[in-house]
Amino acid sequence: MESSRTFNSWSSERLVDNFVEFEPGLTAKGAMEESNRCLYCYDAPCIKACPTGINIPSFIKRIAANNMKGAARSIMESNPVGASCSRVCPTEELCEGACVLNQASAPIQIGLLQRYATDWARNHDVQLFAPGASNGKKVAVIGGGPAGLSAARELARGGFSVVVFEAREMAGGLDTYGIVSFRLPQSVSLWEVEQVEKLGVEIRTGVKVGTGISVDQLKEEYDAIVLAAGMGYVPRIGIEGEELEGVYDAIRLVEATKTGNLPLELAGKRVAVIGAGNTAIDAATCSVRLGAANVKMVYRRTREEMTAYDFEFEFAKQEGVEFSWLTMPKRIISDADGKVAALECIRMTLAGETGKDGRRVPVEVEGSEFEMPVEAVVVAIGQERHTELIDLLGIEHERGVVKIDEATRRTSDPQIYAAGDIIFGSGQGEAMVVSAAEQGKQAAYAISRYFAGQEDSVIETAV
Amino acid sequence: MADLSIDLAGIKSPNPFWLASAPPTNTGYQVQRAFEAGWGGAVWKTLGDPIINTSSRFAAVHFNGQRVAGFNNIELITDRPLEVNLKEIYETKKRFPDRAVVASLMVEPKREKWHEIVKRVEDVGVDGLELNFGCPHGMAERGMGAASGQQPDLVESQTYWVKEVARTPVIVKLTPNITDITVVARHAAKGGADAVSMINTINSLAGVDIHTWNTIPHVGGKGAHGGYCGPAVKPIALSMVAECARDSRVGIPISGIGGISTWQDAVEFMLMGATGVQVCTAVMHHGFRIVEDMIDGLNNYLDEKGLASVTELTGKSVERYSNWGDLNLNYKVVARINTDKCINCNKCHIACEDTSHQCIDMLTGADGKAILKVREEDCVGCNLCSIVCPAEGAIDMVEVDSGEVPMTWNERQQEIARLNGSHSEAEVV
Repeated sequence: MESSRTFNSWSSERLVDNFVEFEPGLTAKGAMEESNRCLYCYDAPCIKACPTGINIPSFIKRIAANNMKGAARSIMESNPVGASCSRVCPTEELCEGACVLNQASAPIQIGLLQRYATDWARNHDVQLFAPGASNGKKVAVIGGGPAGLSAARELARGGFSVVVFEAREMAGGLDTYGIVSFRLPQSVSLWEVEQVEKLGVEIRTGVKVGTGISVDQLKEEYDAIVLAAGMGYVPRIGIEGEELEGVYDAIRLVEATKTGNLPLELAGKRVAVIGAGNTAIDAATCSVRLGAANVKMVYRRTREEMTAYDFEFEFAKQEGVEFSWLTMPKRIISDADGKVAALECIRMTLAGETGKDGRRVPVEVEGSEFEMPVEAVVVAIGQERHTELIDLLGIEHERGVVKIDEATRRTSDPQIYAAGDIIFGSGQGEAMVVSAAEQGKQAAYAISRYFAGQEDSVIETAV
Repeated sequence: MADLSIDLAGIKSPNPFWLASAPPTNTGYQVQRAFEAGWGGAVWKTLGDPIINTSSRFAAVHFNGQRVAGFNNIELITDRPLEVNLKEIYETKKRFPDRAVVASLMVEPKREKWHEIVKRVEDVGVDGLELNFGCPHGMAERGMGAASGQQPDLVESQTYWVKEVARTPVIVKLTPNITDITVVARHAAKGGADAVSMINTINSLAGVDIHTWNTIPHVGGKGAHGGYCGPAVKPIALSMVAECARDSRVGIPISGIGGISTWQDAVEFMLMGATGVQVCTAVMHHGFRIVEDMIDGLNNYLDEKGLASVTELTGKSVERYSNWGDLNLNYKVVARINTDKCINCNKCHIACEDTSHQCIDMLTGADGKAILKVREEDCVGCNLCSIVCPAEGAIDMVEVDSGEVPMTWNERQQEIARLNGSHSEAEVV
């Protein structure tokens, strides 16, 4: 792909256009046509397919009837990060995949309609929700990402006094820092944060639990704690040369494109991306848009086993990303200056036997080692768990995945609830923003139920 | 290729598609453009004493994103001098001798006024006359149009005056803004009309602007009722055509008007008794070129049906249009859902559950898939489910044997009367 993207000189300003939102939103006429095409199913399958249970036919009907505030409200009611989700949800696998029109003509563009309605709300400065009457209880939320924001908003609506402790400079988590801007502009996520703040939720940014505030202090000052700290950066891959200049963590790479000036290091370079999940795709397309001369995804299995969604894969192909299937990186080779010069790989083949996850096991093809000449390697093989924080809180986990009771949403410490990626285990497919949002809601409702029950018992005792 | 030509009470045209008297037939330029496009005839915009029109005249009703489900206007008859219109009619007819050029007329209900205009118009070579007793707005306030058309005796006498001098066939255009259109149609026939045309527009207020609270349309902040037409009025027009067609006391040919937009609409009107049809709103929405498909579609339909002439359609469904009292009460249909074509939108279920007879169950099939099933013993055959169903072929209304001999309400009442040997409830007619 020695394409027109190779320029002689690079500047951050020149790349900015590459990072504006890629997919155009619906026009007013487009939204009117599409919303009128919705059948307004009864007991609609799209609602059931949405992890947050957005009443999709209802919000679409409201768009058709020009009740934009009502449409936005019905979306955000069920999903406090509904504007972000309209852009990042794998709708083909969720609502749109369930649309009955798949069989008859073409599914309703639910994601785009959801974006149209929430964009309206973003552009009209409307207050969609109000805080509930104070119940005197205080809740601390650790982590201001989708799950934390979602929990905080529902708690605030339920009358709780809520403080969100966010380690980063801004809240929004993955939506703010971890998804490429040409799919999800940061402003969308920050608007969602603002909506939560408008309900009186205090978001203390730059505060890390353990250093900024102690666990004892939290447990002392708050009636309940919601742990929604998500996941961390990319773990070490464990091959030689990982520390070389020119090796990047995919999440940090994406993050760098969302904070300050765009990084220029990849411009004109050949880039190998290790991994085949959605973050790997994001890192690959991001590299393309940062001016890389050639981007190859290196994956030890095949297209069949990759966890990235089909639409992500298609998008990467359109962007000119190449795929090197059945290829496992063995070591990263440096040049004389200690910079990346090549990625040594070995060919793989899929064995007949299947692993624990049901996928066929890749095995090395003996003697098939080869060098892939690259100047940069981006590692996207998953995310680290916040084991340190979890241990600090003293709650049970399994390899960094916090264990909760499904019914009470509580961790092993009854004062601490958990939601989002921090309770997301491996082998469950891709972690989704929309699921995190739902779990945040559920944690909030569990807390509400608990304290309501306590009040009831107090009243009963008094009687 | 079937023969599409028609002969409406002596007015001949190469196809049954005429433009109705309305804005599209205002000038010779327009009518000639229409004839170039293929229209078989045109009823010129109503001639009379020129009027003054308002600015802001039309409005439409849009439905679920579709433009112009219904159309409303407060425009009056021609605002151009009679001489100008007559000159253009003459030129148009000369250029298109095979097309039907009919002059629509409206004057005060005075014998000499009618005599004068009929003579002047016939002198330029029109093929027929259409008396406008239907315009519901503006002109009616001056005692013309619908104001005449709502008084059967005035319709009869004015038709009679026209017929005293007319040498060409006379069509009387009826207003739907009355209780029983057949009464007026019968009076037109008694006055000597050669044909009737229907319907003119229906009294309407297109809407109210919910932001400004003005009427739609409004003229400087004030509105007045207009005349409604377009696809939304088709069923009303069709029933009025059918009522006149099956009334032997009317007994004259019918030119069908009201929401006709496609060749299918035209076929329906003709099956219900119309000899030809007139179109307006559809051309105002899309231009004269729509006649191309109307001609082509009608041709293909006639070929498919093996009919040599379009005239074979006229009236073929009239005998099937009857009174409620003559419907077989023992005829039974039930809904049947074709699971393979069903897309599980559940619209039939909720429509039946909430608003009809609660006989469509949402079940889980043997394979675990959701299915919808009609409890036929509880189904009254109302059709609602098949109406709301968006999936082609998913719901059939199937005839079932009720096990009873056919019996209508009227027959039933007669039978009861015979058995009781006494009077029965009045027949429903």
